[in-house]
Amino acid sequence: MSKKKKSKRKKKWERIDGREANELRPIKIESGVLPNADGSAYIEMGRNKIIVGVFGPGEMHPKHLAKPHKAVLRCRYHMAPFSVDPRRSPAPSRRDTEIGMVMRYSLEPAIFLERYPRSCIEVYAEVLQADGGTRCASINAATVALVDAGIPMRDLVVSCAAGKYNGRVILDLGDYEDKEGEADVPVAYMPKLGEVTLLQMDGILSAEELEKCINLSIEGCNQIYEMQREALKKKYGIEKEEN
Amino acid sequence: MPGDVLYEGRIRTGDNTYRAQGKVCATRIGLVEYGRGMGSVIALEASYNPLVGDLVIGKIVNIDLGQWMVDIDASSSAILSVPDVIDAPFNPDIVMPDILDVGDTIVAKIVDLDRRRTPILSTLGRGLGKVEEGFIIRITPSKIPRLIGKKGSMVNMILKETGCRIVIGQNGQILIHGRTRDQEEIVVDVIDKINKEAHTTGLTSRVQEYIKSLKEGQD
Amino acid sequence: MSPRHGIVPRLKRKKIQEAVTSGKRMDGRELEDYREIVVKSNVIEKAEGSAEVFLGDTRVMVGIKIKCGAPFEDTPNAGVIICNAEFVPIASPNFEPGPPREESIELARVVDRGLRSAEVVDFSKLAIIPGKYVYVINVDIYILNHAGNLIDASAIAALAALRGTMKPVYKVKDGEVLLTDKKKPLKAEKMPVAVTLVKIGDSLILDPSADEEEVMDARLTVTVDEDGNVCTIQKSGTYGLTIEEIGKAINIAVEKATEIRSKITGND
Repeated sequence: MSKKKKSKRKKKWERIDGREANELRPIKIESGVLPNADGSAYIEMGRNKIIVGVFGPGEMHPKHLAKPHKAVLRCRYHMAPFSVDPRRSPAPSRRDTEIGMVMRYSLEPAIFLERYPRSCIEVYAEVLQADGGTRCASINAATVALVDAGIPMRDLVVSCAAGKYNGRVILDLGDYEDKEGEADVPVAYMPKLGEVTLLQMDGILSAEELEKCINLSIEGCNQIYEMQREALKKKYGIEKEEN
Repeated sequence: MPGDVLYEGRIRTGDNTYRAQGKVCATRIGLVEYGRGMGSVIALEASYNPLVGDLVIGKIVNIDLGQWMVDIDASSSAILSVPDVIDAPFNPDIVMPDILDVGDTIVAKIVDLDRRRTPILSTLGRGLGKVEEGFIIRITPSKIPRLIGKKGSMVNMILKETGCRIVIGQNGQILIHGRTRDQEEIVVDVIDKINKEAHTTGLTSRVQEYIKSLKEGQD
Repeated sequence: MSPRHGIVPRLKRKKIQEAVTSGKRMDGRELEDYREIVVKSNVIEKAEGSAEVFLGDTRVMVGIKIKCGAPFEDTPNAGVIICNAEFVPIASPNFEPGPPREESIELARVVDRGLRSAEVVDFSKLAIIPGKYVYVINVDIYILNHAGNLIDASAIAALAALRGTMKPVYKVKDGEVLLTDKKKPLKAEKMPVAVTLVKIGDSLILDPSADEEEVMDARLTVTVDEDGNVCTIQKSGTYGLTIEEIGKAINIAVEKATEIRSKITGND
């Protein structure tokens, strides 16, 4: 028995960047970085570099798309041509459109849209450098940008992906793990309300593994949540615990 | 921060809060204030929420039949009708651009919110109407009360110390007109300082000292 | 009052004109002062080259991607440079998502002509299989915040990015082009710098802010290389410029270019 254990330990399971299975990539979040936007945030998650700007609430253009009882949330996800290798065209792709929708689904439940009928809130995510997990990073930055813009919200929205790579359940997939792994499960979560606002899956997992992924994701979300709070507080130089 | 719990139990919901599962939570980032049986959050960042009675500064962006559309930096444009400007009913002989044209800046009061929550403005009243002199700067609307101060203490102090004319719009727009460029520059500096430090204490006296030091710097 | 409606308040126009005539602009600058310039190189590690420039509050990022591709028909033995500019919505409430607007195309072309005319890179040395495969350099300009004078900021960023660019090394074997793991510096030796002037009333001012651009009568961008030669000129705006004004502008530009150039070299 012990011999078997020893040989298992020798064949060390490793991630491409040396991280532990449940370790997040280094994250940096800054709020209020764009003077022309009503709210903004910049995030680095591993080698991802994304900047998000928020405008609103403002008038809906075109008028006929306005909703009578609540605001319309418009999310746009766009990648810079130099953000990936090889260079990609600046024109929006279908993936861009899907991620824009996914961002909207994740953020809508948290925003008091009913307070601004017939108006429009715009969220624009620009990816300057991509390395796997950009939709999660975009949602994290978008939340900070929305609070920075003074949009009333029920809770913050945090996002993190878990998945399976090389047989093991891991947290925060990098680009390589995303492409070569068995599954990718991005999750978005409202920590204080305890509600999941986004759940997607790509790949093959057993029900048990999926549950493990979701739980691991939420653990990751909780860690990122603290960083979002820090980023927001930092702008005002508040160190003590204040609302 | 949004989602943070202020209070569990029986308390009224004040500004920037909402009730969920018996708890009062914040909707915006800000400082908590308890008082008068109510929990509120003084928001550090908030978009402008038009209220009847608010003084606002806006820009004419469109001319319709009998009314002007005014941009007041809110979630919808405001409406200013001819009778609310010239105190007489509209008649087809009136040439609207002669009274107010697209691109003009006005100081107005919100007199009503129609059933679609569009602000209705009026320029009938003292100090209201077209602005001919000065320039506009913008700060986030949630900091306006701090700029005004308790019973106008802050803004009056600035007026006295700098001699500039200042009109403060609740929508975050501020009109400044001084007799000299130097005076105006001091006011812009001061407003910027207040914008950054609105959430701190002892601000009024610090600002007064600051103005004095800026004036000395100019001599 | 977001500029989203695209209407400049009369009050603002009047104030800016008064300020310019008095010799002291709205933000306190003299007529020929540039705002603070900050240049950061290699901000996007995955790209072959990159730079981010802050010109006052204007913020521009340039990414350089290099690949192997077909040459232009009329220059079969020379490398190719393609400039593209994105005016993304986060940069200003006036920018809508969608196909490039004329200003972004104009900006890309002005920066492109500046780089090309000054021969910032020796294009003749960038052929891999002459006539078939050459180095294709994509210069992508990303406007992150629009606070005026996007052209100058973009030109500085493009130059700074190119100076730090590492090009992939290709090997030719049996008529096939193979990518090796090696990288070599791109060698961008020339330094064209764009200087933009704007006419308001009777005054010529440099490095216009967004507000000043909105009320300008005419605009002239002059790109100057390190020998004091003019490599590109672009005039835009509704009104005309006199010959004297143009002559004066060119002289100012040649002088100013040296100052701006030192910001880029100081950063290397």
